Amino acid sequence: MTSDGLVACLDDVDRRLLDRYQRGLPLVERPYAAMAESLGVTEQALIERLTRLTEMGIIGRVGAVFNHRQAGASELVAVSVPDHRREAVAAIISACPGVNHNYWREHRYNLWFVVTAPDDTSLELRLTRLEAQLHTPLLRLPMVQSFHIDLAFALPWTELEDA
Amino acid sequence: MTEASAGRFQGLSQGLSQGLSQGLSRELLEGLSEHALAGAPHEQDWRHTRLRACLEQGLPLVPEPFKALAEETGLSVGEVRALIGYWQHSGLIKRVGLVVRHRSLGLTANAMVVWNLPDERVDEVGRRLASEPQVTLCYQRLRRPDWPYNLYCMIHGVRRERVEAQITALIQRHALEHVEHQILFSRRAYCQRGGRFTPEMP
Repeated sequence: MTSDGLVACLDDVDRRLLDRYQRGLPLVERPYAAMAESLGVTEQALIERLTRLTEMGIIGRVGAVFNHRQAGASELVAVSVPDHRREAVAAIISACPGVNHNYWREHRYNLWFVVTAPDDTSLELRLTRLEAQLHTPLLRLPMVQSFHIDLAFALPWTELEDA
Repeated sequence: MTEASAGRFQGLSQGLSQGLSQGLSRELLEGLSEHALAGAPHEQDWRHTRLRACLEQGLPLVPEPFKALAEETGLSVGEVRALIGYWQHSGLIKRVGLVVRHRSLGLTANAMVVWNLPDERVDEVGRRLASEPQVTLCYQRLRRPDWPYNLYCMIHGVRRERVEAQITALIQRHALEHVEHQILFSRRAYCQRGGRFTPEMP
């Protein structure tokens, strides 16, 4: 999907909403009313905006992002598959329980994905099953330490508009 | 109370007093009184687990989302809000808010740079790269026999040329010219969704 025009559809309130509330959703009885007030719109209007942003695919959800290392087990995995099998293999990977993203990257190892699970045992089980299903060895890359993981970064509006 | 749930209970109580001493709202933490933790420990655990599962999937877009979550999980509204606050405080939840799908917005130039650093330099270089504003993720992973790379960093950008220039600048600024590395740009995201950590419900 191209993003042509999507950014142009976002008005000033949408942008402020995205800038202000990637974190810090107020834990009050009516959080959307509190957010609406800080942005100068009504609660109903804010809920409609969140619904529209979700439908447009700009946000995946309004929700909690868990710390992978505390919440359970996860692992980055890569596989190398011939081009003609790439789409089919990617579909199997995406359907695997616990897979939270799955990218085609420009490399001999062309599919990269992260598998999450409640604990090490179920992660092991998910990966073993997947490997058998794919008939391809998995390059398993467990994390040793994290220096920085924060996808709630400031959005480069000007650059996005010029693209 | 089983040993595990007793441990959890103790952890929760300690977390609460820490939360109070560090200025987390008393009103929020009151929802998690001992009364709230009474009852069969297993039932208690599963209500918490249910809440985590709901939070992974997202808050409902209705005026009182925490009330909806309370109905869904069997917890009280106060407990729902207090647990979310407590989990944020303890670091289990990193943030609560809008989860942006960067690709749909136009941030399609996503580069993963992998570096083969001498082990004794990983800490220092990892920390320095992580402090660069354009680096969105930075972590150390195990090497593998045909994959010598031990440090990873990610840059999310709009234009590929700009991201390439940023990587060149990083290499110069941190004197990484002689460190073997590869840049893997993404072509397509087949799926992008939150992790699923909560176990299946009984």
